[in-house]
Amino acid sequence: MRYVVTDTDRVFKALADPSRRLLLDLLHAENGQTLGELCAHLDMTRQAVTKHLVLLEDANLVVTVWRGRAKLHYLNPMPITEIFDRWVGKYERRQVRALADLKKALEEN
Amino acid sequence: MDKPKFVYVSYIEATPEKIWNALSDPEMTRRYWFDHENVSDWKVGSKWQHILKGETDKIHVVGKVLESDPPRKLVVSWARPVDEADEAKHSRVTYLLEALDKSVRLTVTHEEFGDDQEMLKSVSFGWPAVISGLKTLLETGRALPAKM
Repeated sequence: MRYVVTDTDRVFKALADPSRRLLLDLLHAENGQTLGELCAHLDMTRQAVTKHLVLLEDANLVVTVWRGRAKLHYLNPMPITEIFDRWVGKYERRQVRALADLKKALEEN
Repeated sequence: MDKPKFVYVSYIEATPEKIWNALSDPEMTRRYWFDHENVSDWKVGSKWQHILKGETDKIHVVGKVLESDPPRKLVVSWARPVDEADEAKHSRVTYLLEALDKSVRLTVTHEEFGDDQEMLKSVSFGWPAVISGLKTLLETGRALPAKM
């Protein structure tokens, strides 16, 4: 059987790189940033950041919106939500969320 | 202009007409939008309501239809029922449906929250689950992956 690269493959491949996860963290903290704003936080060349953003866009993890002449980058949580929904059942969500919140609260103290 | 706070993009294997229907038909919205019905005639200038169905119905969101171009684009304002008359407190939601080869690229943009942090927080929590539920319903016919 011939192997076809799926959307899910692209998501996991994009997430497998720490620099790209850092870019998503930056957008999670402040959504809708330009390339210049993202570069200001990073110790990477503009070309390297652009390359990572292209991979993130191909995976639909980042989407862009034009506002005048500014290209704004947004974290798109849909692929991750769809992966979550694939393995976490409708009635487990509340418990999973509560446990994650508990872990977060305990570790912040 | 205020930049959008959230942009959500999902690729859904369905026709634009089916997605439009799923966004605008109360019986359909109820199946994936956590028992909420979206009610309106979806004509520009008309009111729309987002109603939680139960023993007693509860109106959670109200607004106006600002743009309606079925099955491509729908723009509505979004407010708490108490803020219905105060348009400064209305945010704005845009649904954009772009037909591709075998699927539709659905973009949902929510913007112009002003300083309403509470509304911002509550919608940012809700949208991904709603859109993912819509995708699952249209692609599999089920509201969410069944679980025993």
